[in-house]
Amino acid sequence: MDNMITLTIDGVSVEVPQGTNVLEAARKAGVHIPTLCYLKDINEIGACRMCVVDTGARALQAACVLPATNGMVVKTNTPAIRKYRKTLLELVLSAHDQKCLSCIRSTNCELQRLCRELGVENGDAFKGVQNEYAIDDVSPAIVRDNNKCIVCRRCVAVCQKVQKVGVIGPVMRGFKTAIESPWGLKLNDMACINCGQCITACPVGALHEKDDTAKVWAALQDPSKHVVVQPAPAVRAALGEEFGIPMGTSVTGKMVSAMKRLGFDKVFDTDFGADLTILEEANELVERVTNGGVLPMITSCSPGWIKFCETYYPDFIPNLSSCKSPHEMVGAMVKSYYADKAGIDAKDIVVVSVMPCTAKKFEAARPELGHNGLADVDIVITTRELARMIKEAGINFNLLPDGDFDSLMGESTGASVIFGATGGVMEAALRTAYETITGETLEKVDFEAVRGTAGIKEATIKAGDLDVSVAVCSSTGKAAEVLDAVRRGEKNYTFIEVMACPGGCVNGGGQPIVDADTRASVDVRAVRASALYGEDAGKPIRKSHENPEIKQIYADFLGKPGSHRSHELLHTTYQKREKYTD
Amino acid sequence: MSEMESKYAELRQIIEAHKDWPGALMPVLQGAQELFGCVPEDVQKIIAEGLGVTLAEVYGVATFYAQFSLQPKGEYVISVCLGTACYVKGSQAVLDKLSEELGIPVGTTTPDGKFTLQATRCLGACGLAPVMTVNSDVYGRMTPDQVHDVIVKYRPEA
Repeated sequence: MDNMITLTIDGVSVEVPQGTNVLEAARKAGVHIPTLCYLKDINEIGACRMCVVDTGARALQAACVLPATNGMVVKTNTPAIRKYRKTLLELVLSAHDQKCLSCIRSTNCELQRLCRELGVENGDAFKGVQNEYAIDDVSPAIVRDNNKCIVCRRCVAVCQKVQKVGVIGPVMRGFKTAIESPWGLKLNDMACINCGQCITACPVGALHEKDDTAKVWAALQDPSKHVVVQPAPAVRAALGEEFGIPMGTSVTGKMVSAMKRLGFDKVFDTDFGADLTILEEANELVERVTNGGVLPMITSCSPGWIKFCETYYPDFIPNLSSCKSPHEMVGAMVKSYYADKAGIDAKDIVVVSVMPCTAKKFEAARPELGHNGLADVDIVITTRELARMIKEAGINFNLLPDGDFDSLMGESTGASVIFGATGGVMEAALRTAYETITGETLEKVDFEAVRGTAGIKEATIKAGDLDVSVAVCSSTGKAAEVLDAVRRGEKNYTFIEVMACPGGCVNGGGQPIVDADTRASVDVRAVRASALYGEDAGKPIRKSHENPEIKQIYADFLGKPGSHRSHELLHTTYQKREKYTD
Repeated sequence: MSEMESKYAELRQIIEAHKDWPGALMPVLQGAQELFGCVPEDVQKIIAEGLGVTLAEVYGVATFYAQFSLQPKGEYVISVCLGTACYVKGSQAVLDKLSEELGIPVGTTTPDGKFTLQATRCLGACGLAPVMTVNSDVYGRMTPDQVHDVIVKYRPEA
């Protein structure tokens, strides 16, 4: 090939496309160069200098920002480089609190691992003044602890560039540099959408979810409470990673067993809620299309996206589907339909949602998401928090038998399980909307055009005489691009799916954290999504409206999609939010 | 139009003139600093919205460079060079004397808004070390004894 170049790295000759940086070229040559601030495609700024290499130039150069050139001879492992890297780590440690034993990221910390691998023996090699920062834990979703921050800017890059939110950034300079919100404001005072992508970008323990496991333990301990749990689709695609199970393995059965062993009274499935969402949302779409309602309709499952829309694109609020998100729907049904059937006072029921998402914590606290003075969902924990509970309870996850969800709201279809991947909600909705619009049976249920991890996907689906033009976007940054095009009148869609996190919920801010090295070589979004598409393909029922428990709930309780009772319990409203609080 | 209103109008003109440039933030912040004597919160919000960048970015740049100030600076900004040459020639003593004479710590402004005292890096006038400036007036070969006389020039009643 014309645009290929050859270079030598530590004596290994390697051929790479022009434009490749030395770090990626080395990876191809089987040479591992340590990094700290580097996050492929997101933060490539050469700031931390951990990846320095010797090219024979006057000074060592940062491999992550150094373009490979033809004939280049690179050394990555010389005594000078090893000393340089070790000194860097010692300097980082001199401004770090080093409270590793009680750190949420212990054993999953890139700084800790580098110190061990690069032979740092003395954490106090450089003793000096330490900046002391107050921990910001006011947000319902995200905690920031700058005492652990190494100022790598990975969180800033993902917040600013990927999500186009940008509520944190480096302030001051030199030793006083800190990642903060302007004027030292708390994250909660900013227009943070709670997506938690900053957490999964953080190499250390400076950012983590607000831990709500204590509330769950307390509810489980309380004999007067009937505690119901429900896991989101994406949780089963990633929970296994916390227990050493390979990425992309679905652990649905073990997850259900673990929940039962933890002592939950009922284990229902958010997938059931996803099927319910599809019935309501497909009905809403058909109504809007046939009755001249506001189009494009935009999905409303992703609470990060909802807050983004309310804050940054409030003119699109009328476009948002009025459907509550799936776990909120399950919560609402548990405290009405299930409470009735089981003869339990809704006041005594605690609904716990296990989500791949930190924004769900904020969502559950929205006052409009409740009924009769009771919140639909009481506590939200992330996939990571569930894993911690399982570990704390001494449950040997890997040896658990496969368990089954409890009936009434445990049955789900292939359509619902793919909600966890970008394009999944769209595909599930199309499977049902197609049949509603045409009255015909959809033979081929796979809509390949809306699958895959591209940030923006477009397709036009023929449903009888109707051309349904759709767009699917993941990350709020990509959503902003699509909405800008719609605003300018350049694009015209019937239906848009937005997921706040790149790749959808499988890559949510509450999912197991994958280090930068792995992220550079594995597309986490695609691998985790493959677990969900595998489940979909293996399900006997793959269309939401064919779910027998869904049919039952409409027959027994809701009437039909869009009914008065549906609107009362399954739909919600939105509000414009200010970008800056005064 | 009040004085403040006309300043905001001027700020909007500065933003308009630069907004399609790459790296527009620096010249706009410089313009704002000159216009308002500082870049307070409302000014930064106008800049962020006008340039389509985040407030965090504006605030980050404004706090990175010493030339920008978040609070209003005094009518006269006294800068004492603490660069190597000035420092070895005793500029720290000059700075200390100024601090004592004005009754304010370094980096702050007198309550009457007359003087801001700050330390700076090399001013590039090492031949005159130790050097201080009052706005654009340069004073070379300073000694602590001369401090009072310089201040009196700008505040005759002192």
